[in-house]
Amino acid sequence: MAKRDLLSMDDLSRADVELVLDTAESFLPVLHREIKKVPTLRGRTIINLFYESSTRTLASFELAGKRLSADVMNIRARGSSVDKGESLKDTTLTLSAYSPDIIVVRHPQIGACKLVSACSAASVVNAGDGKHQHPTQCLLDLFTMRQALGRELDGRSVAIVGDILHSRVARSDIQGFLMMGMEVTLVAPPTLLPHEVEALGAKVSFDIADIREADVVYLLRMQTERQDAGANFIPSLREYAALYGVTPERLRAGQRVMHPGPINRGVEISAAVADDPETLIEQQVESGLAVRMAILYRTIVGMDERDDEEGA
Amino acid sequence: MTAEQMRRTLVRIAHEILEKDHGAGTLAIVGIHTRGAFLAQRLRGLVGEFAGREVPSGELDISFYRDDVASRGVLGAVPSTLNPVVKDTSLPFEIDGATVVLVDDVLFSGRTIRAAVDALFDYGRPVRIQLAVLIDRGHRELPIRPDFVGKNLPTALKERIEVRMTEADGVDEVVVVRPPRSTD
Amino acid sequence: MTARLWAAGGKAADLVVRSVRVVDPQEGLDEVRDLAVARGRIAAADKATVGKDLRVVDGRGLVALPGFVDLHAHFRVPGREDEEDLVTATAAAAAGGYVAVFGMANTDPVVDTAPVLRSLAERAQREASVACGFFAAVTRDLAGRQLTEMGELAAAGAVGFSDDGRPLESSLLVRRALQYAKITGRFVAIHAQDASLTQGGVMHEGAVSARLGLVGLPAVAESLDVGRALEIAAYEGGRIHVCHVSVRGSLEHIARAKQAGVAVTAEVAPHHLCLTDEEVRSLDPDLKMNPPLRPEADRKALVEALREGLLDCVATDHAPHAQHEKEVPFEAAAFGTIGLETAFAAIHTACVLEGDLSLSVLAERMSQGPARIAGIPVPTLRAGAPADFCLVDPARTWTVDRQAQRSRSRNSAWAGRDLTGKVVLTVAGGRLVWEDVG
Repeated sequence: MAKRDLLSMDDLSRADVELVLDTAESFLPVLHREIKKVPTLRGRTIINLFYESSTRTLASFELAGKRLSADVMNIRARGSSVDKGESLKDTTLTLSAYSPDIIVVRHPQIGACKLVSACSAASVVNAGDGKHQHPTQCLLDLFTMRQALGRELDGRSVAIVGDILHSRVARSDIQGFLMMGMEVTLVAPPTLLPHEVEALGAKVSFDIADIREADVVYLLRMQTERQDAGANFIPSLREYAALYGVTPERLRAGQRVMHPGPINRGVEISAAVADDPETLIEQQVESGLAVRMAILYRTIVGMDERDDEEGA
Repeated sequence: MTAEQMRRTLVRIAHEILEKDHGAGTLAIVGIHTRGAFLAQRLRGLVGEFAGREVPSGELDISFYRDDVASRGVLGAVPSTLNPVVKDTSLPFEIDGATVVLVDDVLFSGRTIRAAVDALFDYGRPVRIQLAVLIDRGHRELPIRPDFVGKNLPTALKERIEVRMTEADGVDEVVVVRPPRSTD
Repeated sequence: MTARLWAAGGKAADLVVRSVRVVDPQEGLDEVRDLAVARGRIAAADKATVGKDLRVVDGRGLVALPGFVDLHAHFRVPGREDEEDLVTATAAAAAGGYVAVFGMANTDPVVDTAPVLRSLAERAQREASVACGFFAAVTRDLAGRQLTEMGELAAAGAVGFSDDGRPLESSLLVRRALQYAKITGRFVAIHAQDASLTQGGVMHEGAVSARLGLVGLPAVAESLDVGRALEIAAYEGGRIHVCHVSVRGSLEHIARAKQAGVAVTAEVAPHHLCLTDEEVRSLDPDLKMNPPLRPEADRKALVEALREGLLDCVATDHAPHAQHEKEVPFEAAAFGTIGLETAFAAIHTACVLEGDLSLSVLAERMSQGPARIAGIPVPTLRAGAPADFCLVDPARTWTVDRQAQRSRSRNSAWAGRDLTGKVVLTVAGGRLVWEDVG
């Protein structure tokens, strides 16, 4: 049986996504009971190979592996032999000495996960590669939506606001949301949309007013570098906040707000909205653990479902 | 086993459960898998009727406790008998101090029961655990024995026992399926 | 001042190819006959050849074409002999049917003075199995500021001037280069790329890059710069050559310039004739090059332009890279693919077999066209001419084996692919330099 990677949303069918979300739901009771562990992946080795600093995602993957009783190793690029100029390929080959079952990779360059997968017998899970994809984020976003809006996401609408061009979260989310039958609208200044944006399959608008009809408003973080003189993507954060910042006035009652974090208060999201208990931002973080457990579990166990005929 | 036989067997098991219940802890009935859970519901109804009181019940999904997931396959491959549908676990009663009767449709190698016992202990500390099965087909691989048995049905390894229940299959019956004879 | 070629000497070939289809576009020749080589020259068809070591090759099913000439290769010497040197580059060239190859100047040190050029010439005389020529840089150290001593470099034999690898940012520099190079009669070869529009770009900017998140190289960045260079050439006069054309916008500028009588020639690389940006979805670093692979509409336009002669020649832009520079995430990988060994086979498979290009036209664009631009003797199969030809088997299917490349480097965009059409024998400068007649 060939090993199974999760490098991008291309690797999942709609049925796969639903299976992962259902599996995540099964893990929720585990996370709420006294003994928050299951012995499922005991004896397996999971290595988290993170070349970008990220407390949140790393913690989520680490805990997910441990809750499944796997042996988990974290390798951060800072302070390891990577800094001595060891190539990604060599680092991966070195890690194979530990016979990992899964390597979770976060790397600032697109194509890094592909390389790790080519150099290793382990299954590779992409925790974010450059501006390309962040499939586990998309899955936890879908899970959060399901929990909040109900299992049927078909026909629901979502507006994604912000720097689509530079966002791996956006790329994965657009693909995932469309796959689940949702209507997706992208709202951003033209400079922050890819050149042939139609290829992504979503509606496009330059006007923040167009988020009004959506069931969910998904905000992306606006990086300060985008206003830098060399880049000139936006003239200033001030103007971005004025034209695209989501404030309570721009939202309709009943709309749910999401954000992959970390948030930039006062830029893409006003303080009032950030502090509103109705947003789903906290739930996204909580979902992350169950969803990542489901992903690790499915990566090892596979996506085929068979109704158990025999008792045992 | 016909539907009528199944009904009478369950009635008998329900009586036996109550007989052996010395009140050591609160009696609770927990079913495993799809059909174990259906059986548990039926038993709960019967036991409750005979005892004249509500008996708590629940259902257990043991996918995360199976021993074959943790074992190594080639490149993380899992033996083909695996990948069960992961269903809900629901135990809406206090496990600490309970006498839990685990219910399953067919007892075979004993591994499912081992997993169920492990799962139960991750939820709490029962006073005792008993096992009720509709069919015991032999071929045990672990030292597991049932407290209550519907019918002992010795079988060959190649044969399969299919338990069908109205809740899922529209009919109540138990059949033994022999593999088709090879024609060459 | 003519372009010079250098090669190591060797035994003149004596061989006869029986019943081979001989195609010579310049001579208007396309017939099946015997082709004989006597002491390194094409012998008259009916004469029996002399010489003790007469080699007889069964030419049935094979085609004899004038030897190919590559106007754009990177030899990586001096400076990166770990990636390629003249021995391996010419071995790859020979296996690809080439009889002359020209190396670009972006080496370390840059070929920006006559002594560097002469030392390369000396090396070629020792190491090159196939004739080598060299470009000299337009500006010192490729810095884009000060012109090189074009007069001396041309006298030393440079075929032309190019800062390929780096675009010439200053319009004034482009003008001065075209003006000054007139002294030499040589041409200036332009790597057209608007620097400010291509910051950080790693693939074509389009639907595929939108999906992948890779920073794009917009088509306008090339066509804009081609337009600028050609307008200056129209204004100033002088010979200009456009390197590795990859987009339709560039073709429009070239067509207009040719119409207006500008002395412009243009080349296209095999990968732009055969592959598109869709391939990059695999994130295989061997498919990363600059200019990048473009969409199908551009590819088709390039094939048509080559057929019509709007594009004058095929040039491989053979770019060897060390393993550690390519076996990295796509974003971080070096740009370029090797191509000398596979050029004919790749274009034959993707264009000739598809009916978009005839074998005869392809031969002209790979051989006689570039030879004329370079100002070197045009390879021909006329009796009495020096033997500079290759034999191809149009029906032979083979798999490009990554590990078995004759180049020192492994980064081939065609690694692992099946191609139909193979160069099975090459005679360069009258010497038998390659055979795989099988």
